[in-house]
Amino acid sequence: MIPPQFDYISPQTLPEALTLLGNNPDAKVLAGGHSLIPMLKFRLATPTLLVDIGRLAGLSYIREEDGWLKIGALTVESAIDKSSLIHSKYPLLSDAARMIADPIVRNKATVGGNLAHADPANDHPAVMLAYGAEIVVTGVAGPKTIPITEFFVGPFTPAISHAELLTEIRIPAHKPGDGGSYIKIERKVGDYATAGVAVQLHVTADGTCDKIGLALTNLGLTPIHCVAAMAALTGTKLTDADLKHAVALAAEVAEPQDDYRGTEEYKRSLVRTITTRAIKAALVRAKA
Amino acid sequence: MTETPINGLGSSMKRKEDVRFIQGKGRYIEDINIPGQIWMDIVRSPYAHAKIKNIDTTAAAKIPGVLGFITGKDLDKYGLAWMPTLMSDKQMVLPIDTVKYQAQEVVAVLATDRYSAADGVAAVVVDYEPLPVVVDPFKALLPGATKVRDDKESNHIWHWETGDREATDAIIKTAHTVVREKIYIPRIHVASIETCGCVAQWDSINKHLTMYMTTQAPHVIRTVIALVTGHLGLSEENIRVVSPDIGGGFGGKVPVYPGYVIAIAASVLLGKPVKWIEDRSENLQADSFARDYHMDAELAADKDGRITALRIKTIADHGYTDASANPSKYPAGMFSVCTGSYDYATAFTEADAAYTNKPPGGVAYRCSFRVTEAVHAIERMVDIMAHERGEDPADFRFRNFIKKEQFPYKSALGWEFDSGDYHKALRLAMDMIGYEDLRKEQLEKRARGELMGIGISSFTEIVGAGPSKDFDILGIKMFDSAEIRIHPTGKAIARFGTKSQGQGHETTYAQIIAQELGIPAEHIKIEEGDTDTAPYGLGTYASRSTPTAGAAAAMSARKIREKARKIAAHLLEAAEEDLVWDTNKFYVKGTPGKSKTIQELAFAAYTNYPQGMEAGLENSFYYDPPNLTFPFGSYICVVDIDRGTGKVAIRRFVAIDDCGTRINPMIIEGQVHGGLTMGFAPAMMEQMQYDENGNLYGGTLMDYLVPTAVESPRWEVGETTTPSPHHPIGAKGVGESPTVGAPPAFVNAVVDAMWHLGVRHIDIPMTPDKVWGLLKKHGAALEE
Amino acid sequence: MSTHNVTISINGTPVSANVPARLLLVHFIRENAGQTGTHCGCDTTSCGACTVQINGTPVKSCTVLTVQADGAELTTVEGLANKDGSLHALQEGFTSCHGLHCGFCTPGMLMTSAALIKENPDPTEDEIRWGISGNLCRCTGYNNIVKSVQYAAAKLRGVDPSTVVDVPSLRK
Repeated sequence: MIPPQFDYISPQTLPEALTLLGNNPDAKVLAGGHSLIPMLKFRLATPTLLVDIGRLAGLSYIREEDGWLKIGALTVESAIDKSSLIHSKYPLLSDAARMIADPIVRNKATVGGNLAHADPANDHPAVMLAYGAEIVVTGVAGPKTIPITEFFVGPFTPAISHAELLTEIRIPAHKPGDGGSYIKIERKVGDYATAGVAVQLHVTADGTCDKIGLALTNLGLTPIHCVAAMAALTGTKLTDADLKHAVALAAEVAEPQDDYRGTEEYKRSLVRTITTRAIKAALVRAKA
Repeated sequence: MTETPINGLGSSMKRKEDVRFIQGKGRYIEDINIPGQIWMDIVRSPYAHAKIKNIDTTAAAKIPGVLGFITGKDLDKYGLAWMPTLMSDKQMVLPIDTVKYQAQEVVAVLATDRYSAADGVAAVVVDYEPLPVVVDPFKALLPGATKVRDDKESNHIWHWETGDREATDAIIKTAHTVVREKIYIPRIHVASIETCGCVAQWDSINKHLTMYMTTQAPHVIRTVIALVTGHLGLSEENIRVVSPDIGGGFGGKVPVYPGYVIAIAASVLLGKPVKWIEDRSENLQADSFARDYHMDAELAADKDGRITALRIKTIADHGYTDASANPSKYPAGMFSVCTGSYDYATAFTEADAAYTNKPPGGVAYRCSFRVTEAVHAIERMVDIMAHERGEDPADFRFRNFIKKEQFPYKSALGWEFDSGDYHKALRLAMDMIGYEDLRKEQLEKRARGELMGIGISSFTEIVGAGPSKDFDILGIKMFDSAEIRIHPTGKAIARFGTKSQGQGHETTYAQIIAQELGIPAEHIKIEEGDTDTAPYGLGTYASRSTPTAGAAAAMSARKIREKARKIAAHLLEAAEEDLVWDTNKFYVKGTPGKSKTIQELAFAAYTNYPQGMEAGLENSFYYDPPNLTFPFGSYICVVDIDRGTGKVAIRRFVAIDDCGTRINPMIIEGQVHGGLTMGFAPAMMEQMQYDENGNLYGGTLMDYLVPTAVESPRWEVGETTTPSPHHPIGAKGVGESPTVGAPPAFVNAVVDAMWHLGVRHIDIPMTPDKVWGLLKKHGAALEE
Repeated sequence: MSTHNVTISINGTPVSANVPARLLLVHFIRENAGQTGTHCGCDTTSCGACTVQINGTPVKSCTVLTVQADGAELTTVEGLANKDGSLHALQEGFTSCHGLHCGFCTPGMLMTSAALIKENPDPTEDEIRWGISGNLCRCTGYNNIVKSVQYAAAKLRGVDPSTVVDVPSLRK
């Protein structure tokens, strides 16, 4: 399978990249390329120009700073997977990074690309919704911060205009009592989720959940933020009864469709099952 | 210097072929480049059934590098638009006016390189008029169904039956217990990691064609090319087919795909070597499939739990043409081995095949022509019967197995099973896995609401095609061949009509010859795949290489040894009958010190042979097997089912295989592991699904679910050894046994876990959503 | 379509060419550099037969543009053997443990495994299975690939592989 013809340019600086994008409305951004290049090979995308941001310096990092975990957009998934900081303090992200695509793809695929593609089947969107993350988007006017809840405008449509680039992801920094978990039911390694759920919660010293984020992967046209379930669980001790009530709310907002991964009924039931399991796993971690 | 070991039968010597593969020096089809070659790429139909109204190549012709196009109308001028199939049907090379399945070839684009060829494909505009699509074989066979083929009276291809219909009906009507189940084995695809391809090189001066191609049967291909193109002046002596290293075959590289024929035509028309390498989607969408059998099976037993009769009715979906690469004389291949490992006298089976708007094929998936379907049916039915009777499936099997002393055993449907010891294999599998303890654990778990299952499959394979009473290809009997030449220094080269695709022929054939002649296997070079040099043979598939070419190797080596005996008699001044063969030398009976090694005799064959004898030490042997071989085994699988997700975890899988005499245990273990994963894959993950418009879901490896190392279970293997009485070294073949035998073990385990809930059967693949659906239906799904 | 001058070191030898923007790295390796050990099996980053190391990291070269790798150091299966020409422990492991049948996935498996054991010198069976799960093998059923990697890891740790893996060729 062979990509169509296109021009290619590899800017050395961010302003240069932004100018190129501004001047070429038909251009596509190439980062890790592991979503874009297969699309090119199937000729599902036929851009005239690829702007390769892969050589931009200073966009690959993982650090805690100013109350945030900051991740540079060009950070590859395997760097997340292998980061001891993330492994020890951000188990939700760590779980997800291990389930994205396969280990070799993760060496090229970037966190920024995964989010900017805004594919509801991708894993990071739900993870970032659960975290209550912020996305830094940079245009010629400089960077701006977008709450993750406003980032997924529609299917494959992020809140990034053509002449902007996603440059950083910010996750609220870990504090004691935080716990998270990502459960993805997939048919095999490398598959998109049949259903996925991301949970991030905080429990107080007396075991009350005072904050929880809950979101679903590949169960709708955009990642699903389970707001009602989150509200129902906030302030509870996450007992079985609390969970039973809340996961039903989560299953209600899911918009699964019958497909080759399973029926609508099966997927809705999976939401209940894996949400329960993910919350329990997150709770164990929060109390650890 | 240490002496080079002989490494005959039973030695786990490392494979000789590995040296190149581990260093990136294998030579696969894509590695072959001929100076001046051009590339071919193919425009394919997006529709499963459509009339081609117009083909417009104007825009494509303007693309730099694009050299030309070939359509069905172009081929028709040379009588090449259609080609015959092995099943006496016909198949389009390129369509003249209608396409019959999605991804069917429509136009070939020739270009200077693969990038330009792909651009050309994207720029060809084809105007289609969609036609009604037939995807369901049951509907296809209803009166008044839309016809897939205009040249046929209906969608019914053939009816085949064997056994005693009336006697079977009578027993089933009055039997103490009868169980019945509808069992579907879906369409699957071999998906070898290397796709198919070729380089066709036509030499117009010498009227000579060299065809490098991914084929498991190069000699047959040469003959087919000669027959199909004979009217154009291609003559068999001027056709050379070369099959280089093959990146996995499993039956998918037996058929003659249209792409090969178009490449030959293109090379002739353009006068340049033409290279064609399929991409993965083309491979999955258009190349030969396997299975697609809808079986309705009934098994009868008496009050003592003895099987009395089997009846199976099958509807087979063959796609738009019957192009099954099945060389047997029976349209359903070896399906009549469906009576299984059990002793009963009465059976009847019948099958009807249907045309549908899907690609053709039928038997390509590491299986000897419908044996997987047969084994699945009997091993499922036996398990259902045992459960129905409320007894342990192992006990039921032990009671009904053919006994060791009954071999050779004439099966109810006419096969002569050569040898076996089924009780021993199952007992060993049970001991290895700790069967009785597992049953106890299962009861405890069930009491707690946990679902654990144990599944057995005690299969009998039928391989080594085959005896000429049962097989031929275009009338050519299914022998295979070996040609051995011993060099003056006592080293050897041997050539075969088969073609390894990973089975390790370069090693195992050398070991067979080493055993017979005492020449170290390391010093025996094995060659296959070049029709100019190798003796004629029918190729490698159906686990036939060891049963046929392996036998030829032993027989040919024995002929050489007999000539060596004459030379030894001459050198030792002894009578031939006084010479005794020992490992690698002849000695004079009673005087072991008076001896000549094979190396000395080889040298003498060129330097000091008896007067009147021909010089040299070589032989070629064509082995036409007197019977098929019947490898067997017993597998036990343990599963745990997650009631919340429907996910089946394979906790353990023990496989006992009996492939007769073991040539290289390391290679046999490897074949068993690989075969098991190819049994696991369709049981749990893989299938080709079509929607009502004939669109394939699963046209890439993103959706056609080939297992990774994470899904594939960790295999535990063991063996019994029951040599074949009719094979020169007692070997039976092993590559396909696990793929054939494993699927029912998985299904039996999953059903065993859920029988008490009321579940009787699950069709493969047992995907989580399907298992969960059954749990839900029977009130056992856990909604947390 | 733009073309670009690239220089890519392949197994220590710089290979320069003017290439079109869309040229896939796997084709550059196979056709421009003539190193045909790297194979192409699927087009969708599913099979991993095209895995090579870019600056030491395994990557699927069918989904990388040649221009993206300009200036990089590539290692392919042809560059895996030790500097003295002896086989890499993994190459020895794969042949001792029968970790290959047809050989088509083997170069990719080797390049993935080489990075795996470099990072994790004593991987568990589970870690190996997860580590090679981006590489498909259709022949072996993976049991012996796992053992091959264990063999190599043991050897590189200075441990006798036959004490770590049980395969017929090593049974005494």
